[in-house]
Amino acid sequence: MRVWYFSEMAYHPAWEEGLHCGSLRVVLPNSNYDPQIGHQLLNRYLDEFALCDEVGLDIMVNEHHSTSTCLTISVPMALAIIARETKRSRLLSLGTPIANRPDPVRVAEEMAWLDVLSGGRLEMGLVKGAPYEIAPANSNPANLMRRYWEAHDLILKAMSTTNGPFSWEGEFFHYRNVNIWPRPLQQPTPPVWMTGLSVDTGRMAAERGHVVGTLLSLSAAGPMFEAYRQRARELGWIAGPDRFAYAAVVGVGATREEGRRRANLAADYVRTSPVVAEPFTNPPGYNSLAANVAMLKAGGRRGGFVRDRNGNPVDQTTATIEQLIESGTCFAGTPDDVYDQIKALSDSVGGFGNLLMFGQGGFLDHADTVANITLFAKEVLPRLRVLNPELKTSAVAAE
Amino acid sequence: MIKTLSIAGTSLEVVERGQGRPLVFLHAGEGLEPERPWLDLLARRYRVIAPWHPGWGNSALLDGMGVVDDLAYLYLDLAAELGLDDAVLVGACFGGWVAAEIMVRSTARFSHLVLVDPLGVKFVGRDERDITDMHALPRAEYLKLAWADPAKGEVDFTRLPDSELAAIVRGREAFALYGWKPYMHNPRLKRWLHRIDRPTLLLWGAEDRIVTPVYGENWRRAISNARLELVANAGHFPHWEQPEAFVDRLTAFAAGNR
Repeated sequence: MRVWYFSEMAYHPAWEEGLHCGSLRVVLPNSNYDPQIGHQLLNRYLDEFALCDEVGLDIMVNEHHSTSTCLTISVPMALAIIARETKRSRLLSLGTPIANRPDPVRVAEEMAWLDVLSGGRLEMGLVKGAPYEIAPANSNPANLMRRYWEAHDLILKAMSTTNGPFSWEGEFFHYRNVNIWPRPLQQPTPPVWMTGLSVDTGRMAAERGHVVGTLLSLSAAGPMFEAYRQRARELGWIAGPDRFAYAAVVGVGATREEGRRRANLAADYVRTSPVVAEPFTNPPGYNSLAANVAMLKAGGRRGGFVRDRNGNPVDQTTATIEQLIESGTCFAGTPDDVYDQIKALSDSVGGFGNLLMFGQGGFLDHADTVANITLFAKEVLPRLRVLNPELKTSAVAAE
Repeated sequence: MIKTLSIAGTSLEVVERGQGRPLVFLHAGEGLEPERPWLDLLARRYRVIAPWHPGWGNSALLDGMGVVDDLAYLYLDLAAELGLDDAVLVGACFGGWVAAEIMVRSTARFSHLVLVDPLGVKFVGRDERDITDMHALPRAEYLKLAWADPAKGEVDFTRLPDSELAAIVRGREAFALYGWKPYMHNPRLKRWLHRIDRPTLLLWGAEDRIVTPVYGENWRRAISNARLELVANAGHFPHWEQPEAFVDRLTAFAAGNR
């Protein structure tokens, strides 16, 4: 198993005001952001990413917009800095919300540039993006996936074509001379990742051999991974654990109490993340027809992605650390506790080869974050490395 | 009677009721709602032809896309297919936008145009908006702006059968597909409104705060033979909130200038 550390680089000083006004995203005015404090925080977070390289962790960066929960507004910008400050870590962009980007060729250029800069350490997530990203991007939610797939195909073609220029006249994107410089170091493209919660996503990722990741949701991970494995078998290849990624908040300590305290602080990410002004939580067409019908029947209530082991929704905004451990949202405690929890969860979903580690969130301060990263790398990572190692077959099938 | 017509290679579901002079009713973003009273009231006086726009009801999207220009050509084809002549064209909200797009292309088959709180045109500057962002409002806030009496717009979704809920969800998706960006208007439409050379009635809910009567006044000025009438105790959907007044005003207007 590989472990990818990440932090959303939150601006938690504004969370209290955001909770007070009912939205940490989209409509919370940026007068609640103090750029001087932001300057300290961004630099601190980047130092914590750099530490991961020294201790043997890989690195993941994501992006959000118009929010106090995540101040990374550009994955390539953050990864460009991290690429220069690191030597060994693989660098996962998870990812670029390509259906919200007006210019997919620009995405291909930036990713190729990062791959060259980092010496071929890039892994490239092409993601749908969260529903509340629709408003900041003002992208049409009702044809989001059509645009996603056209952008996906164009980005991969732009990165892998060496005898260009080529032309593209699609439903959404038009170019007459696509011929990106630089081209990526990893040929034909860096490894591609997708994210999702549904069996459909599992199948579609399998058809392309992409890595598929899921977020904080034990109940979604199992069926999605199984759909992937089944589709891969139908297509004549075996999907190994390295095709699957699972994201969770991780808090480790010398004692169980210390590990849980760290996880509990970092888990404020989970508690604040869904606090969004209602109209932006479910733009028309973003969710499936069936999911919307179910939502209307339930009086407009939406189930979050945190579910207990029986599949019942857990209220994310008030969940205790015990509930979050139970739901597979957090791994917390001593190194032994954390290893056992990860192994048990991995076994229960057929084995995943990538852990996306929320090792910092919210009010977890620099000293605690450094301790969390360092202890995890020393005591847990070596054991995980031999759990669910890569299979040669799936690497081949991923082209 | 509900018919499924094949027009321009697509399948269009159309309600047809009543006899006499043809009247094409183009529905609002909220959908056709054929069981509510206004189509029956109109059908006492007209041969009412009311399609579900592609994406609503059982009408298929055109090639999976949502482009208002396509609807204009589709309905001109429909009017030709049905051999309409001297017809009344009525469009409400989103349907009003579509009706205006039809009439700037051809007024040949229609002798009167009735626009009911239409969307579709941008008059004010880039820092202002004519059309309230309906998709940035919680439902309760939206109802307050869209209805004179918000209670009339409330729907208990938990009591509806799945098939009706699916139709509502599909309609919401289609509405967004056609009008997300630019928001619920065609930036080029104002330029061509002078081509509407038929008597036009702008029938406006006096208490509409999705598109206000001030916006209606801008429409009136942009169309050469247009007049603006307000319907009291009505918001964005006067045909829904005051169906009798809506039909009476429409009928009185369409009887003149023939």
